[in-house]
Amino acid sequence: MWDYTPTVKEHFLNPRNVGDIPDADAVGEVGSLACGDALKLYLKLDDNKDKIVDAKFQTFGCASAIASSSALTEMVKGKTLDEALAISNQDIAEFLGGLPEEKMHCSVMGQEALEVAIAKYRGHEVAPHDHDHDHGPAYPDQEGTIVCKCFGITDVFLKKVIETNKLTTAEQVTHFTKAGGGCGGCIPRIKELIAEVMGKQESGEPRKRPEKLSNLKKMQMIQEVLERDIRPLLWADGGDLELIDIDGPKVQVAFRKACAGCASSGYTSRVVEQKLRDLVAEDIVVEEVAA
Amino acid sequence: MKEIYLDNNATTKVDEAVFEEMRPYFCELYGNPSSMHFFGGQVQQKVDEARKRVAALLGASPDEIIFTACGTESDNAAIRSALEVFPEKRHVITSRVEHPAVLTQCRNLTQKGYRVTEIGVDSEGQLDMAELKAAVDADTAIVSLMYANNETGVIFPIEEAAAIAKAKGALFHTDAVQAVGKVPINLAASKIDMLSLSGHKLHAPKGIGVLYLRRGTPFRPFMVGGHQEKSRRAGTENAAAIIALGKACELAGENMAIENTQVKALRDRLQSELMARIPHARINGGAAERLPNTLNIAFEFVEGEAILLLLNELGICASSGSACTSGSLEPSHVLRAMGVPFTCAHGSIRFSLSRYTTEAEIDTVIRELPPVIANLRKMSPFGREFLKEQ
Ligand code: FES
Repeated sequence: MWDYTPTVKEHFLNPRNVGDIPDADAVGEVGSLACGDALKLYLKLDDNKDKIVDAKFQTFGCASAIASSSALTEMVKGKTLDEALAISNQDIAEFLGGLPEEKMHCSVMGQEALEVAIAKYRGHEVAPHDHDHDHGPAYPDQEGTIVCKCFGITDVFLKKVIETNKLTTAEQVTHFTKAGGGCGGCIPRIKELIAEVMGKQESGEPRKRPEKLSNLKKMQMIQEVLERDIRPLLWADGGDLELIDIDGPKVQVAFRKACAGCASSGYTSRVVEQKLRDLVAEDIVVEEVAA
Repeated sequence: MKEIYLDNNATTKVDEAVFEEMRPYFCELYGNPSSMHFFGGQVQQKVDEARKRVAALLGASPDEIIFTACGTESDNAAIRSALEVFPEKRHVITSRVEHPAVLTQCRNLTQKGYRVTEIGVDSEGQLDMAELKAAVDADTAIVSLMYANNETGVIFPIEEAAAIAKAKGALFHTDAVQAVGKVPINLAASKIDMLSLSGHKLHAPKGIGVLYLRRGTPFRPFMVGGHQEKSRRAGTENAAAIIALGKACELAGENMAIENTQVKALRDRLQSELMARIPHARINGGAAERLPNTLNIAFEFVEGEAILLLLNELGICASSGSACTSGSLEPSHVLRAMGVPFTCAHGSIRFSLSRYTTEAEIDTVIRELPPVIANLRKMSPFGREFLKEQ
């Protein structure tokens, strides 16, 4: 059954502002037929060319894509362009009382269409969007390299979504952007991007690490973190890890199943290390040993 | 709101007579059929009767019927058994359009070092027999191909495929979950070694399935423990469900003609009326031999979930090829394997009828669906471009 809030259902069944604005000041178009959803957003500005006085949309997509588009048009009306640009995909989801996580990409699509429309209006060069299967970037204003060929999604865009939505798993990235939901070939690269974004954030943030630990306490905590925070993450990807030994700051682990011999297991041990450093002790070094 | 249930390939209503048949076996006649006393013995008799009824529907003999928990278990058991029977053989053949119960298992086997060939289909969903012929060799332990496709209803030439497999010494299994009860099957005159069926697809309850195992076929059980089912499937028999399935199979035999006349006529009417009323639609698998109850129809420029949800508002239950959720963002693997263009694959809807479907229900769908599609097309940027061209 559909896991939609009453607001999502209401906006899907009675979408606001469907249609086009023939003399629109700004038009933003994202997605394609091949991707399974697409949105064309029209904005009309006031005489000062600052405030959005009207917004309309055309959407091809599932119920939450239509509801997100409808919500977006309601949200932007009466806002200045700068105020509109501040709208995030979470704001759209919140307006709808929440979206199922696997449908978050619909809110991201709305936010992107808005960004494309305004960027185009302000004169940034935006590549024309094609509707063929061999499509260009789904979000044409984002420069960068295409990571997900199936859905035409770039690294720049992925990093932005990972960062603003604080995503930690490849599955979440798929829910929010669709990247990885096709052939799955781009998932290792998505994991790398998550690691890059995580690394960046963590350097700036204060750590919630206890001050000083006895060796025994430290070992207990390492085991706890592995059990509670790390193994479930790996299970989700069909993998697992086993704690082999703890020797001072050295933590030896072996990866199992999908993780063993996987091209991204180097990445996985880095994530494990980072988590342990954050939650237990700064000097921890994770070593991968043969199972 | 009274529902119009057109999702019978997903599951079916338990026939009232089937329910009556199983009812006493919960609170009154709850004995264990394996017990020595009369109280279990009378249940054993009914289980035996059910086994005969299932066998009769399939043209099999009762000792060839193994009761399992579901179609998925039967599929898993058949493939695993073949690999254990032939430990030296490292090749498995299936098709690209199988149900996940078979396909997932086969894909997992590739990680265990097996060679897995997935035979393709043409644009109508028909199996590439030349590819199959070329793929089977002495290393092939098992060929597992579905009898009829759950999404499109397309029927594979199963006997021909079985003959090809047998000629090279491979075992042949068919997932006949969608076919049993809808098309006549006679295993007495067949080369099929193993066949899976599922109770809840033919008006028996959920949680009961069968693995047909041809007499003399080597077998290694999947579930081990007690001696139930002649040690071929351990675990206390789900007696009430088995008895229900027996009744459902008896009824399926009696109603086989109805499936192929009345149900088929309703399906054909739904198909031709929708095609006449809705431009830019196509039937997926329309030119192939299909199950009499299944219609998979694609509407360009609209998305399946949106159609389903609007139909849902009208009380109409159907299903969609594109789940549009994570992990299945691509349109259904069946439609992709058929090369259905992306412009339609996302907007494919499956209607599956049963002998309970009425003419009035079909009329309602014929009346209600065209405006639903028209409204979504009006909303779609591609739909509008296309409408302008008209
Ligand atoms: S390349 Fe990303 S899912 Fe195929």
